[in-house]
Amino acid sequence: MIYGLIAVGYTMVYGIIGMINFAHGDIFMVGAFLSLIALLALAGLGITSIPIALALTLLFAAGLAALYGWTVERVAYRPLRGSFRLAPLISAIGMSIVLQNFVQVSQGARVKPMTALIPGGWELMNQDGFTVQLSWMQIAIVATTLIVLTIFTWLVTKTPLGRTMRACEQDLKMAGLLGIDTDRTISLTFVIGAALAAVAGLLFLLYYGVIDFFIGFLAGVKAFTAAVLGGIGSLPGAVLGGLLIGLIEVFWSAYFSVEYKDVAAFAILILVLIFRPTGILGRAEVEKV
Amino acid sequence: MRPAVRDAVLSALIALGLFAPMVGLVLSNGEQGLELHGRPLAAAVVVALVFFGRLGMHLWTHRPGHEARTIRKSLKVPAGTSKFLAPALLAAAVLLPLTGSRYYVDLGTLVLTYVMLGWGLNIVVGLAGLLDLGYVAFYAVGAYSYALLAETFGLGFWTCLPLAGILAAFAGILLGFPVLRLRGDYLAIVTLAFGEIIRVVLINWVELTHGPNGITDIPRPTLFGLRFSMDDGDDTVAGFFGIEAETIQRVIFLYYVILALALLTNWVTLRLRRMPLGRAWEALREDEIACKSLGINVTNTKLTAFATGALFGGFAGAFFATRQAFISPESFTFIESATVLAIVVLGGLGSQLGVALAALVMVGGLEMLRDLLSTIGEQMGSELFSGLAGELPTYRMLIFGLALVVMMVLRPRGLVSGRTPTARL
Repeated sequence: MIYGLIAVGYTMVYGIIGMINFAHGDIFMVGAFLSLIALLALAGLGITSIPIALALTLLFAAGLAALYGWTVERVAYRPLRGSFRLAPLISAIGMSIVLQNFVQVSQGARVKPMTALIPGGWELMNQDGFTVQLSWMQIAIVATTLIVLTIFTWLVTKTPLGRTMRACEQDLKMAGLLGIDTDRTISLTFVIGAALAAVAGLLFLLYYGVIDFFIGFLAGVKAFTAAVLGGIGSLPGAVLGGLLIGLIEVFWSAYFSVEYKDVAAFAILILVLIFRPTGILGRAEVEKV
Repeated sequence: MRPAVRDAVLSALIALGLFAPMVGLVLSNGEQGLELHGRPLAAAVVVALVFFGRLGMHLWTHRPGHEARTIRKSLKVPAGTSKFLAPALLAAAVLLPLTGSRYYVDLGTLVLTYVMLGWGLNIVVGLAGLLDLGYVAFYAVGAYSYALLAETFGLGFWTCLPLAGILAAFAGILLGFPVLRLRGDYLAIVTLAFGEIIRVVLINWVELTHGPNGITDIPRPTLFGLRFSMDDGDDTVAGFFGIEAETIQRVIFLYYVILALALLTNWVTLRLRRMPLGRAWEALREDEIACKSLGINVTNTKLTAFATGALFGGFAGAFFATRQAFISPESFTFIESATVLAIVVLGGLGSQLGVALAALVMVGGLEMLRDLLSTIGEQMGSELFSGLAGELPTYRMLIFGLALVVMMVLRPRGLVSGRTPTARL
């Protein structure tokens, strides 16, 4: 589910300007850090009610991560529009390194553990001492993801902003000719994508309870795999892909070996790209000369 | 003036939003769990830097008689410069061990390793235009091939060097096959994944690679069968020539080995560029569809680019293994790939001289800067400089990343633009 949220950001950016936002996984990581800082700060301010603290943290992290997303787009990608093909990609890699090391320098390289905020769970069944439990945390993650994605889907399908975004996705130049401020739309896409990534970061922090400056890299690659698996450019595909990648990883760890679970995710990426580059829900891309 | 100030204030506000929580507040692992500390001064400094930087930039670009586009104008290297700069660099490289300083020779070896990696990657990225983010995989394959061959079969460095290169080239072809049909960005991700797969396998395949512990006691290279060793046997270099045995002899020898390997890479690349194959690479970089239309076998061309690049990566890896005498998966992370890529990009994709200069600046320059700062710190007894010197390695990757971005924004063709096709009609 978390992968799905990150994957949506990839897919959106790719759909509109056709580039892979390499720094997206790191925005996710920054979002997780911002959430942790906000949670601690709120605890310091004496706000102990967990729902309120979480809601405030969510707003804070999403807002600031959105600012990060906007800045990254403005600084590293906008000047390169219309440059040769590899330029934005290299710039994105640079940005990703910058974000990672910025967090490492400013927050230290050690892992940051956090005590679980939402303990307990809902017992599904209890048989011979085996308990199958669905923790509140897992329920909260699924619920949050569904809510966020519903809002997001409404945003894309029903609002004027969503319409301009879809227009830009179909034909950037034509949209520009018809009076759409394409730069603004692209910026907003980055902002929304970054906010979603921050939500994912908060959920990751709550679920795993441990973050460090390097989580963005793996999560980014896996989310990208999810986006590709679902068909890049397709929003429902990204969510579906996220679910599939998560399931595959869990089952792989259970039946084969935990050590090679990252290899499994990467292998899927390579296999999908070879045999079905358009993904499950994607549409074929026609390269024009 | 006023819009400039307004813009600067706006940038500073954004910077405040960006940096106040991340720089101004620090998470630290305290006694009972995490603690949050304030660091307002650092945040204020960063915000002020952004403010004045932005203001200064505005005043600079809008100063009288200045046109905004001059920033973008390529720095023109006089035609003759590269003609005498390259031989001068070469001469300096050859004469470097004469200084007799172990420090400089070690540093030179490090720089040359990166120069070689840069030149190897340059074939893939610069010439053929295939963005490879997993170059370190070939480096790792080369290093591990040599280490394992030496450990298991007791083969020497010079036997293993070609083998390591060939094995790495096979790895390149192995990677090349599935990714042939992919476009630039997908290719980048897949190569990245490949690099990670290799690393994960190296860590987890404990029976073969000793896992995270790495391989130790990798034999050193020999000079025509003569060992570099401190005992005065007849089969050591010192014993054979009847001179005093010193460690520096081995260091210098290693330095010349990597110099020769790097020059070999350069020579092969320069020759290949004049062959139909090299021309095909450059054509592929410029326009793949046009290439296909003209009957160039895109598959073979891409595969040879991958294989050639990997070959040199493998050579460099074998050299790395023999120099360190110890390798572990830790040495082959994505950071390494990113460093080499940064060198190639900074050097101007496709330019041999540029890559060498970039490696010199990025690897050698930073190292020198750190030493310079620590010397100043020691001499003046100032905490600030020695503190900076200690911090510099942490900031190294930050600088690399920034350099990549700035480079792409300001001069996407590199420091020394060598992207012009070598063939002209």
